[in-house]
Amino acid sequence: MSEYNTIDVAATQMLDKAKEIGFLSTFDRAKAQEPRCTFGNTGICCRICLQGPCRILPKKPGGNKGICGARDYTIVARNTVRYIAGGAAAHSDHGREIAETFLHVAEGKVKDYKITDTNKLMQVAKNVGVETEGRDVMAIAKDVALLALQEFAEVDESKELTWITKYSNETRNQKFRDTTIMPAGINLSLAKLLHQTHIGVDADPVNIIFGGLKAALSDVAGEHLATDLSDILFGTGVPVVTEANLGAIKADKVNIALHGHNPLLSQIVVNAAKEMQDEAKAAGATGINLVGICCTGNEVLMREGVPIATNFATQELAIMTGAMDAMVVDVQCIMPSIRTAAECYHTKIVTTMPIMKIPGSYHMAFDELHAMDSAKEIIRLAIDAYKNRDAAKVCIPNIKNTVVAGFSMEAMYNIFRKINPENPMQVVIDAIKAGEIKGVAALIGCNNLKGTHDQNHTVIAQELAKNDVFLLATGCSAQAHALAGLMNGEAVKKYAGEGLKKFYARLNAAAGLTVELPLMFHMGSCVDNSRVQDFATAMANEMGVDNADIPFVVSAPEAMSEKAVAIGAWNVAYGNPTHVGVIAPTVGSQLVNDVVTKIAEDVFGGFFFWEPDANKASARMIDILEERNWKNAMRKKARDAKAEAN
Amino acid sequence: MSMELFKGAYEGAVTATSYAEILLTKAIKVHGADCPVKYPDTAYRLPVITALSGEEVNTIGDLAPILNRIRTTNIREELTLENAKLNGEATLYAAEIIEALRYIKGAKPDVFPYCGFVTDPILRKFGVPLVDQTIPGVAVIVGKGKDSKSTAKLVKELQSKGIMIFLANEVIEQCIEENVKIGSEFITFPVGNFTQVIHAVNFAFRAGLAFGGIPAGQRQRAIEYQAKRVFAFVIQLGPNDVVKFAAEFGAMFMGFPTVTDQPVAEEIPDWYQSEPDYEKIGKLGLEMRGIKIKIVDIPVPITIGPAFEGETIRKKDAAVEFGGGRSTSFELVRMCGVDSVFPLAFMVDIYGRKMQEDFEGVLERRIHYNLNYGEGLWHVAQRNMMWVRIGKNAKAAGFKIRDFGEILIAKFKSDFPAIIDRAQVTIITDKDVIEDKIKIAIDKYATRDARLKGLTDDVETYYSCLLCQSFAPNHVCVVSPERLGLCGAVSWLDAKASNEINPLGPNQPIEKGECLDAEKGQWKNLNDFIYANSHSTVEAVNFYTLMESPMTSCGCFEAIMAILPMCNGVMITTREHGGETPCGMTFSALAGTCGGGMQTPGFMGLGRRYITSKKFIKADGGLARLVWMPKELKEFLGQDLIDAAVEAGLGADFVDKIADETVGISEDEILPFLEEKQHPALKLDPMM
Repeated sequence: MSEYNTIDVAATQMLDKAKEIGFLSTFDRAKAQEPRCTFGNTGICCRICLQGPCRILPKKPGGNKGICGARDYTIVARNTVRYIAGGAAAHSDHGREIAETFLHVAEGKVKDYKITDTNKLMQVAKNVGVETEGRDVMAIAKDVALLALQEFAEVDESKELTWITKYSNETRNQKFRDTTIMPAGINLSLAKLLHQTHIGVDADPVNIIFGGLKAALSDVAGEHLATDLSDILFGTGVPVVTEANLGAIKADKVNIALHGHNPLLSQIVVNAAKEMQDEAKAAGATGINLVGICCTGNEVLMREGVPIATNFATQELAIMTGAMDAMVVDVQCIMPSIRTAAECYHTKIVTTMPIMKIPGSYHMAFDELHAMDSAKEIIRLAIDAYKNRDAAKVCIPNIKNTVVAGFSMEAMYNIFRKINPENPMQVVIDAIKAGEIKGVAALIGCNNLKGTHDQNHTVIAQELAKNDVFLLATGCSAQAHALAGLMNGEAVKKYAGEGLKKFYARLNAAAGLTVELPLMFHMGSCVDNSRVQDFATAMANEMGVDNADIPFVVSAPEAMSEKAVAIGAWNVAYGNPTHVGVIAPTVGSQLVNDVVTKIAEDVFGGFFFWEPDANKASARMIDILEERNWKNAMRKKARDAKAEAN
Repeated sequence: MSMELFKGAYEGAVTATSYAEILLTKAIKVHGADCPVKYPDTAYRLPVITALSGEEVNTIGDLAPILNRIRTTNIREELTLENAKLNGEATLYAAEIIEALRYIKGAKPDVFPYCGFVTDPILRKFGVPLVDQTIPGVAVIVGKGKDSKSTAKLVKELQSKGIMIFLANEVIEQCIEENVKIGSEFITFPVGNFTQVIHAVNFAFRAGLAFGGIPAGQRQRAIEYQAKRVFAFVIQLGPNDVVKFAAEFGAMFMGFPTVTDQPVAEEIPDWYQSEPDYEKIGKLGLEMRGIKIKIVDIPVPITIGPAFEGETIRKKDAAVEFGGGRSTSFELVRMCGVDSVFPLAFMVDIYGRKMQEDFEGVLERRIHYNLNYGEGLWHVAQRNMMWVRIGKNAKAAGFKIRDFGEILIAKFKSDFPAIIDRAQVTIITDKDVIEDKIKIAIDKYATRDARLKGLTDDVETYYSCLLCQSFAPNHVCVVSPERLGLCGAVSWLDAKASNEINPLGPNQPIEKGECLDAEKGQWKNLNDFIYANSHSTVEAVNFYTLMESPMTSCGCFEAIMAILPMCNGVMITTREHGGETPCGMTFSALAGTCGGGMQTPGFMGLGRRYITSKKFIKADGGLARLVWMPKELKEFLGQDLIDAAVEAGLGADFVDKIADETVGISEDEILPFLEEKQHPALKLDPMM
């Protein structure tokens, strides 16, 4: 390990560079923030009204509550669910923008987007209850789009979100209804939650948490429709081979980083780049090289095989290569400091969205009516920048790893169907029954410099694989594995346990791909956690049990964003044990912390656990998977004994 | 003080009541306030609420004001022990409401192996063993133990001591893993997860309502009853959380201590203690609750305890099988002289200075229980029909046939020390020898039967049975030769033997004294005794009628009788029969009307064998009044019922004139049948 807080060798080289030129990166800033304020860190700092900030001083008379009388549990609960509101707003607004564009496609209003995957459209239409029989594709698409947009617009509280009810099984839907967390409208749930947590509204921590879970389920709907409509517009991911890490940046090409989350822009940039190779060549480059950072990178990786440059914590370092000509960003998880880094180089930072601007950077307002033109303009800016590139400053780490990605649910089923045509998910269940694998773990979430960059992600992946856990991945977690060379067949040989290897042998034999399947199946961006939940629900349905009983765990080893809180919260509501690799700011209230880490299991089957130590976290996840298998086996044992006695 | 625990209790109560409110409000919104709510097969609605505040909960709408009241009165911020218990009480209400909502709309939410709500008939079935301390206490084990092996060992150890056990959460699966026998037949109830633990609590509260005769809503009395008479304690295994803390203080509110395997910063001595050593947890719990276990060390390799009484050994699981009509078998208890040693088989020879021949039969029946308490042993029937299996598991544990003798000698000597000075058990497996010796047994049986036939109520001395006063403080049973105790477990001879064993015990001889009403069966001395011992609540009892001052009931009666006015007769239903009956009530609902030492003319609890007695409601017209009984009860009584009918001059076909559930479950449905069959009740004088 380097002197820096990362396990990534390329990042280490770039941090040396940063040090050399005197750039203070996010790694330096993370150190500068220490020590953290204990009140804020444990969640008992309340900044909801202007009388505050208030904090809880348990032993001081009058200080054990906020000025308004809010106790620790009210403050912690409010703070926690406001994270969820922020996260759900982000995912859902992303989904809504795609739905808007999708509607305009169906109405024939935009020329640069089209229905790419008609099969997926038909499947989604059927799932959400849009009539398809004998109807025109565009008419179907329009109904799907309107239904999707209605998810945001709905204000009738008696309604239920379509993308929840139609994609969850009945036991979960009923659980959501009984516990009052089934949302009616996405925007309504978020507005309601902000109202609920306003000064002097809800003081009941359980009620606040349930309000938060409702918002979290809104997040699921927003994510799921974002996934579905993106697939229809841009195609559903199929297995693809590409590469990851800073070595994917090419000295001889015009390099453009696609950073952010929304594929509406990045996908068009990919299309435009294909047409503009010659312009790049005219400028003296051998072509245009696109690389991805964060989830918009995952979107174009899944569908187009665009390589991954790096993930959240190391985004500034892509600029440190000196070869990044433009970094085009949309929304979410974009550090304002990329502009600072760019000042040291020729790199153009281009913001594109009306709600996301950085002082001192280019802003090229993205316009869906002229999407292709916008994309080309951005690429030209990059080509111009390339001309100003200082070759002396170019220093690209020669580090990159092979990545096998592109595993949408459909792509996974295509493989499973080759083994079991009727019940593809049975392939996984059979492997669990046979004891080859202990269960399934989804590795998701962000980077968080409270720990060492990518360390938790990769250690947990290796530990789980060694213990025969089948791995799914999304988001920056997936990118961590890709960067570290874990997302390929070699990693299976190196890290998988014997049982998991056996299962892979069967899958590889059936898959018939030109490369071997990777150690973890990259299912996409953070909105594509919808795919992960579809996987879990399919497991439950195949096993004939509630979601709370399946051997399935989720880990966000370096959770950071509000979106991660939202995702974690709905995972718990769906019955998934959810590891978080940082201590959450819920520990300031025993009540709230007990509710989310223990009592949630009694109510929903899912629960959080906080464990910064990757080895301990892995051991706990393995225990949980084993416990679930054990419980199922014990129930079966009891029922079998009873059946035999009768 | 234990601020951490108190804070946990407060926050747990906040959490539990808040969750209950969310579920309740939602349920009312979806199903309407008028949606009925009740647990299956109980006369006590939602027992926690019935016992503590007495509101008549019929619909989910009724629950809202109750939950609001308990939230406003009991959720107390100030951290004191008293408030922690109030927070605990509120948590019990919350859990009861959350659980009851699972059962609305006739839902059957409990999936095997979890049992959920434990019905009244089961409660009543265990009434006798609870009061006679065969079941000396109750353990509620919650959570997940550190490992299955030591957890199972802890549970089995409590089972072997006869403790009734409620299991909640993963401890259930741990027991399944280690093949610990669970289920109501093993007095070990796997209630389920989370709030399902309330079914241990509502079971306990029903004991007070059913046996204690405490009226609904008498909170202080209900709690005192629990503290004084229900010897329960909680074992919390694995990590705690605020709701569990609150529930544990709910237990403390009822007088039940908690022992946990977790570290506790500040223990509350005798009430909340930590014991990480699994070998000691059970013992500490018993000590904290003041439960004394009579230890009988029996040198056999299997566990002996009432938990295994209900254990069935199927043929395929049997290592070896004896008797049951397919091979010759018999069991015999004989009194013998001080020097007699008879070389006979499965024969128990007893010498005791106070032993009487009359006790032989009583002791012989104990063979069944004593052997059946063995884990992996199965004994049914009696005398020369007795049938025994030794399970493969017992064989694997090293059980040998001679161990039967070890069990019998140990149990006889420990259970009946006053009348047994020496005991010898001879086990014979040689068929020829048995064929020879069985003649002695058959002779004995015949002599004994003749003696029993000659025993009538004309004797001067009856026996009281106050055994149930530990649970039903105002109830007095009086047992006569022709009317056994309503629990079915105490005959006149049993009571007599018991009095010899313990002259100051629950069975006291009562000279009948002056006869006040020969027809209805009322005697002055019996009245005086009953008045004094029912704490001046029952002034007079008629032995042979249910219409006027009938015998009271504790609550653990085997069967219950009720008048059917239209049919001019009576009906009887049993614990085993769960269905509706012509009086419009199930067994549980009927039982709820007349337990706890109350006299309810027209209704009476009884032991099933009383039906075949010549004195069966003699003053009301006797057996001829019986117009309805469940088929299962007819089958149980079998030839005895036919014989009784013949004896009463009703003819052998009388049994066919008694309606059962196949004929109907309302008076309207059975009356035409009775008329068609010309049931004699229709011709008797009007009952009322």
